[in-house]
Amino acid sequence: MSTIEAEVDALRAEALEALAHADGEAEREAWRADWLGRRDGRLTLRLRALKDAPPEQRAALGQSLNQLKATLEGELEARREAARAGEIAALSADAALDVTLPGRPQSSGRLHPVTQTMHDCIDAFAEMGFRVFEGPEVEWARYNFDAVRIPEDHPARDMWDTIWIDTLFDGERQMLLRTHTSPNQIRVMEQTDPPVRVIVPGKCYRQEATDATHEWMLTQIEGLAVDEGVRMSDLKGTLYAFARRLFGEDRRIIFHHSYFPFVEPGVEMAIDCFLCRADGSDCRTCHGTGWIEILGAGMVHPEIIENAGYDSSKYTGFAFGVGIERVAMLRWGIEDIRHFYQNDLRFLRQF
Amino acid sequence: MKLPLSWLRDYVDVDLPPAEFAARVTDAIAEVEGWEVIGEHWDPELVRVAEVLAVDPHPNADRLVLATVNVGEGPRTVVCGAPNVAAGQKVAFATEGAMLVDGHTGKRSKLKLRAIRGVDSAGMVLSEKELGLSDDHEGILVLPGDCAIGASLVDAIGDVVFDVSTWANRADLLGILGFAREVAAVTGQPLREPDLGYAESGRPASDFVSVTIEAPDLCRRFTAGIVEGVEVGPSPPWMQQRLARAGMRPINNVVDVTNYVMLETGQPLHAFDYELVRGAEIRPRRARPGERLTTLDEVERDLDPEMLMICDGEGPVAVAGIMGGGNSEVSESTSTVLLEVANFHPGSIRRTSTQLRLRSEASLRFEKGIGPDLAPYAQARALHLLEQVAGGRPAAGLVDVFPTPLPSPRITLTAARIEQVLGIAIDPAEVRRILTALGFEVTGDDAAYEVTPPYWRPDVALPDDVVEELIRVHGYERLPTTVLRGALPAAQPRPLERVRERVRSLAAGLGFQEVISYTLTSDDILGRVVAADDQDRARPIAVANPVASQHTFLRTSLRGSLLTAYAGNRHHEDAAMRLFEVGVEYLPTEADLPHERPVVCAVLGGQRLERWERPGPERLDFFDAKGAVEAILDDLGVEGSFEPGEEYALLSGHTAAVSVGDEAVGVVAQVHPEVAAAFDIEEPVFLLELWFEPLTRAIPERPDYAPPSRYPEARRDLALLVPAATPASALLEVIRTHRARGVRISADVFDEYRGEGVPAGRKSLALALRFRAEDRTLGERDVVRLEQGLLRRLEQDLGATLRA
Repeated sequence: MSTIEAEVDALRAEALEALAHADGEAEREAWRADWLGRRDGRLTLRLRALKDAPPEQRAALGQSLNQLKATLEGELEARREAARAGEIAALSADAALDVTLPGRPQSSGRLHPVTQTMHDCIDAFAEMGFRVFEGPEVEWARYNFDAVRIPEDHPARDMWDTIWIDTLFDGERQMLLRTHTSPNQIRVMEQTDPPVRVIVPGKCYRQEATDATHEWMLTQIEGLAVDEGVRMSDLKGTLYAFARRLFGEDRRIIFHHSYFPFVEPGVEMAIDCFLCRADGSDCRTCHGTGWIEILGAGMVHPEIIENAGYDSSKYTGFAFGVGIERVAMLRWGIEDIRHFYQNDLRFLRQF
Repeated sequence: MKLPLSWLRDYVDVDLPPAEFAARVTDAIAEVEGWEVIGEHWDPELVRVAEVLAVDPHPNADRLVLATVNVGEGPRTVVCGAPNVAAGQKVAFATEGAMLVDGHTGKRSKLKLRAIRGVDSAGMVLSEKELGLSDDHEGILVLPGDCAIGASLVDAIGDVVFDVSTWANRADLLGILGFAREVAAVTGQPLREPDLGYAESGRPASDFVSVTIEAPDLCRRFTAGIVEGVEVGPSPPWMQQRLARAGMRPINNVVDVTNYVMLETGQPLHAFDYELVRGAEIRPRRARPGERLTTLDEVERDLDPEMLMICDGEGPVAVAGIMGGGNSEVSESTSTVLLEVANFHPGSIRRTSTQLRLRSEASLRFEKGIGPDLAPYAQARALHLLEQVAGGRPAAGLVDVFPTPLPSPRITLTAARIEQVLGIAIDPAEVRRILTALGFEVTGDDAAYEVTPPYWRPDVALPDDVVEELIRVHGYERLPTTVLRGALPAAQPRPLERVRERVRSLAAGLGFQEVISYTLTSDDILGRVVAADDQDRARPIAVANPVASQHTFLRTSLRGSLLTAYAGNRHHEDAAMRLFEVGVEYLPTEADLPHERPVVCAVLGGQRLERWERPGPERLDFFDAKGAVEAILDDLGVEGSFEPGEEYALLSGHTAAVSVGDEAVGVVAQVHPEVAAAFDIEEPVFLLELWFEPLTRAIPERPDYAPPSRYPEARRDLALLVPAATPASALLEVIRTHRARGVRISADVFDEYRGEGVPAGRKSLALALRFRAEDRTLGERDVVRLEQGLLRRLEQDLGATLRA
């Protein structure tokens, strides 16, 4: 063995021995500075001193020292790689999380179930080209009743028990809390020419005792479409699409004969019971009939079309009114309408 | 309305099971709300019709008798305790094993026969209670005389009674005959009309009474019939049974006939004791001032001059169309009956019954509108029945005063209109079948039908009314589902609603839970959050008939609702709460509808949750509320400015008025602790409110836009000492307006400090400054120069100095 080889072997052995004892990144960095440091690393110095070596040895010595440098750099990188892999392994093993612990709490809020249901209804009708219109909650009796063909002294007024504003105009009560959104049929037609295709969401009020299915403040969506060629079959198609959108693609609907003074013909729409699927059981929701009443609808009465200044021989229309709370109760199986406006977070946070 | 199937079957055959019948009726006629099966538990073999042959005393008991009955298999003896059992009666008879209701316990059990006081009983004669018909256990049920001996009781008197809800414009459906006509049209069965025949005798009715209508606007027609020789007593069992099943109490045969005919035809009738009608004359007229009448329910009624009265020669004897007077009532001693069948103005009847708070079976029918030609029909039917069940002799003819008969309306309905409204054509033969079955007269050709509605359908006046008749009977299930055609209406921009719905979603996203409160509140709640001198809000609009006193006033502020909700939830929530509501303030205006001013209001407070979801040491504060406002405004693309504000119910020094540009758009504040305490909130609670009208005006149509700079910004942090009263916004405003050629300087505050190291009367504000030029990268020397220029300006304007 030449002296050169012996010297390089000794250096290698010493360096690798030192590296083997360099645990931790700080020690490894110290080792690197000690051996490979650019200014005064031992190997660096040795390489720098190459120029002082006898010329005949210079090439072989240089080659050996450069090989050693590559070896040391490679070993250092391998040691570092092993250390990193060990750290990550430790992170996965020793520092494994209990992922079943709760997450860090975030503040979260939700929309009221009536708002959510309202948005879903609006979206369903918006897809069919209906635009939103809004009208006042405090309304004139002539809009709420007379203009929709419910004159005073007509028993149809019994269909809507009214909360009246306690202010007299010409000695009479003329202002009320709207009992339905239907006065907006008139308001919309007063303001626009056909074609009309609107939905009117909003609160309504009834002077009635509350129970599990009756609340004195309620939320409705009124729908109105008036144009040349609007047919009752279009009403059925529109409500069919709505029912499927809200209650499932396999829903079926039927119309029952009904009476509302502002439509002719007038119907109630029911959907097939998606809870019992008419299996003959004693279903609480459909009372065993297999059908759930959802809304009232019909063709806009020709007198109302005429009163709006439209030609009723040319223009026809349909209208409908949906109770949002009822839809929400069906969707979520809510058993008592009185939950909605108690503002109990234990109720509201579930939706 | 109670609709007994057995009665309906007098006029039309019905073979459908109850559920199917109910579904058909609901589809096309009126809503069936339910039904009751009578005789569901009567075993056809064990419960049958028997005749009582004899009644003998019980040898061992005074209160019991031995009745000999025949069930078609020879005489049998039963022990019976009923006081009303008598020979010749048809009765319900049960043998061993029949399921009966125990007369004492009310429970259903199987009949077990045993000897009673030493006498064996072959069976049991039954009371209504034992049959489950009613709670009546006083005596046995006496059956109609035409029940066949030995027949199953369920065949003889079993029934289904439907509960039907009819429409406000259909008086005819409040008559079983009218209902039967609809059923016949729907099922395609023929209709059988009742017997109207009777024998006239003696003097004509007009010899007995004269009728003068003094108020022809309110009384459209008045017919009077006379029946002599009536014997007032109980009506026959079949009639009593029908009345009871239809929900009316039997009274006596004369009154029962009037009720029976009303239930049958829908036309109310009234019977007077002819002898008590003074002056042998009837005058329908308006009440005179001061007139009073004691009605049959023994209440003395104050009358007003718009009420229609039936009067005799001296004064009122009935409130027309609503209730008779006690002064002319039919009684045991009545022998001649004056039968009134009239037609009144529906609105007048309704007004009067509302004013008197007196709703009767008659008024419920009249107010819906009855055809005037139903009066003579009901007269004939009632005279027929009085002859049958009260032994009366109808006088010849009627007195019939009908000042202005209206011609029947003739409606032209084109086939094109049917299709225009429905979207389908209906076969002409089907059109004619349906309308004819419903009593309409149809002439004209198949392109244009000439339709005359029957007199009992005053609700049908327009072609579309006839279209409804057609489609409901034809069947709504035959209507296809189609989609709307034609152009979409032009969109109306609704910027306010867009902003409102955007804010609603943002608020939820920011951790606020949406609530919806009753919009009617109390003056107490409003008074806590509204200043007494607030022109808009201190005089809320009241409702005349609130559902409860705490819901009397339309809220002029949402703050009370939210604080109430906050306090209510605090009972079961121990951590921070954030609630919001979108609604309107109802602000009164002069003689017009109130201004419904849209706002969002939110309240928040309580301890922030720590890592383990427990309330931590840190509470929500003013800056949480302000942060929410900033986040909302930022999302809307505007920047708010916040100035110290003063407002009722909000804590001074902790209140900021929020504006965007020139518009005041809201407020953010700590609720005054005493106000919070009035809502039982014992912790700091904060409030924010944004007003959508000014906010919408303040939002630019398009947000400002500048392309991202290609040159990096230079950043410098520095701390400044300023007088303690100087708001941070003043500092930022100076920086914002500082002009430094071509360089944009912006700043954020990142700390506020008072205390050690800061002289008294001053505070330290830490600023993060950012410098950016549009055309170059700024060097260190540029930044130092710009910073020095800015510092000079801040010192000059605000007395700010660099903190050492």
